[in-house]
Amino acid sequence: MIELRNVTVQAGKFQLRNLSIEVDAGQYAVLMGRTGIGKTTLIESICGLRKVVCGQVWIHGTDVTHYSPSDREIGYVPQDLALFPTLNVREHLAFALRLRRVSRERIVARVKELAETLGITHLLDRHVQGLSGGESQRVALGRALSFEPAILLLDEPLSALDDATRRETYALLKKVQKASQVTTLHITHNQEDVDVLADCCFRMEANGMLVTVS
Amino acid sequence: MESNDSMVDGTARDDIKRYPNEGTKQRLTHRSDFVFFLVMGGLSSCFILLIVLMLAADVMFTSFQDFKVAMFKAEIQAAFKLTMLSCTAAAVMSLWVATPLGYLLARYSFPGRWLVDTLVDIPIVLPPLVLGLSLLILFHLPVFGWELENWLRDDVGFGVTYRWPAVVLAQFSVSCAFAVRTMRVTFDQIDPRAEDVARTLGCTRAQAFWKIAVPQASRGMIAAVTVAWARALGEFGPILVFAGATRMKTEVLSTSVFLELSIGELNSAVALSLLMVMMAVVVLLVLRYLGAGATA
Repeated sequence: MIELRNVTVQAGKFQLRNLSIEVDAGQYAVLMGRTGIGKTTLIESICGLRKVVCGQVWIHGTDVTHYSPSDREIGYVPQDLALFPTLNVREHLAFALRLRRVSRERIVARVKELAETLGITHLLDRHVQGLSGGESQRVALGRALSFEPAILLLDEPLSALDDATRRETYALLKKVQKASQVTTLHITHNQEDVDVLADCCFRMEANGMLVTVS
Repeated sequence: MESNDSMVDGTARDDIKRYPNEGTKQRLTHRSDFVFFLVMGGLSSCFILLIVLMLAADVMFTSFQDFKVAMFKAEIQAAFKLTMLSCTAAAVMSLWVATPLGYLLARYSFPGRWLVDTLVDIPIVLPPLVLGLSLLILFHLPVFGWELENWLRDDVGFGVTYRWPAVVLAQFSVSCAFAVRTMRVTFDQIDPRAEDVARTLGCTRAQAFWKIAVPQASRGMIAAVTVAWARALGEFGPILVFAGATRMKTEVLSTSVFLELSIGELNSAVALSLLMVMMAVVVLLVLRYLGAGATA
């Protein structure tokens, strides 16, 4: 599960105060809110990429507030995807596993499994520069899921996709979530994302408060 | 439907365009970019022409025979060897220092960063002779009876001043500053988001640097080595002051030109100058080729 207890985050002159949220294990939560209100800052503080000024971040019963990003076991798909320009698709899927010194056989098997699930088997030896938006999205998702993270954070993952690809990705996200049962927090502006994917929904208000939407 | 208004001052109807929402008619004109290219090309060619004319003058001044005579001198051959080795050593050392320093300056805000940033530029703006003099003073300044050069020579067994290490150090002092600038710009242009994501995937900061930032910076690293090598090749003032110009010992090609000139061997000096131009061109082409390969 993901739990924020009265978290305050500072990002330059911008500050989010007293954020509290709770997403149960295995749930698919969607966080909505206006542009620039601080949703990405919130997700980055859960990842450990932004320092929490006060409050606590808990992941599956562990207080990870002062853990480095590398120790939090979080799968993160940023809005800009941030694929690695010098690696091909296969290397993206194997990246986190190599860091964990997983055996070569298990890496090969996991890459194959992920590629089949995400429908990118034919792209494995391609470099990421030539991929379409939808393909890049799948690679970023595969990279984040490769090491079977404790939680998955998606920052507006569907915003750059056309309608047809968006619908395909809905099906894919549902399939992945069902198969992995990974606790997911998904940021979006789109009500359709909530209708199709969400088990629970939160809205970030202008004052930085998080409200549960029924 | 065209009205009679389409005819203005006897101009043919086809030459007139009616803009929707304006109700006025404008004459279609063909505007040439000739002046733009003439001015831009003219100004640019001034510099190119200057370089070409200088090289042409050098070539016309010397002869193949002069070149051959200069190349067969034992002193020149020793200077050539020392130049190649010292420039390469200075360039490699510069890269090793410039890569982490450029990365730290590009990625992190830390107390005194502005000071570090300014200090890095000092060898670039300092007159070369002053840099050499500063190195000389650093190695020979007595501090409570202790002197760096004496310690290195007597205790470590590795004297620096007026020996080949002084040549490398003098070249490194200037080359490294240029390499740091190049690497700083390189890392500034690389989006740090990929390194952030790598950290969420399990990378430590060091792993994110080695596995994500450095491969992306390969082209910049080649450029930094190129700049450092080229700067080292042209270094003269600091070498003269800090390493001296002892033939067969601390003589590099830039000091050879000076020494040949000082004994009135103008033909030999020009031949050596052309040799340095050729070396620079070859090294730049090789490194550019390697750079293209690294980013292919």
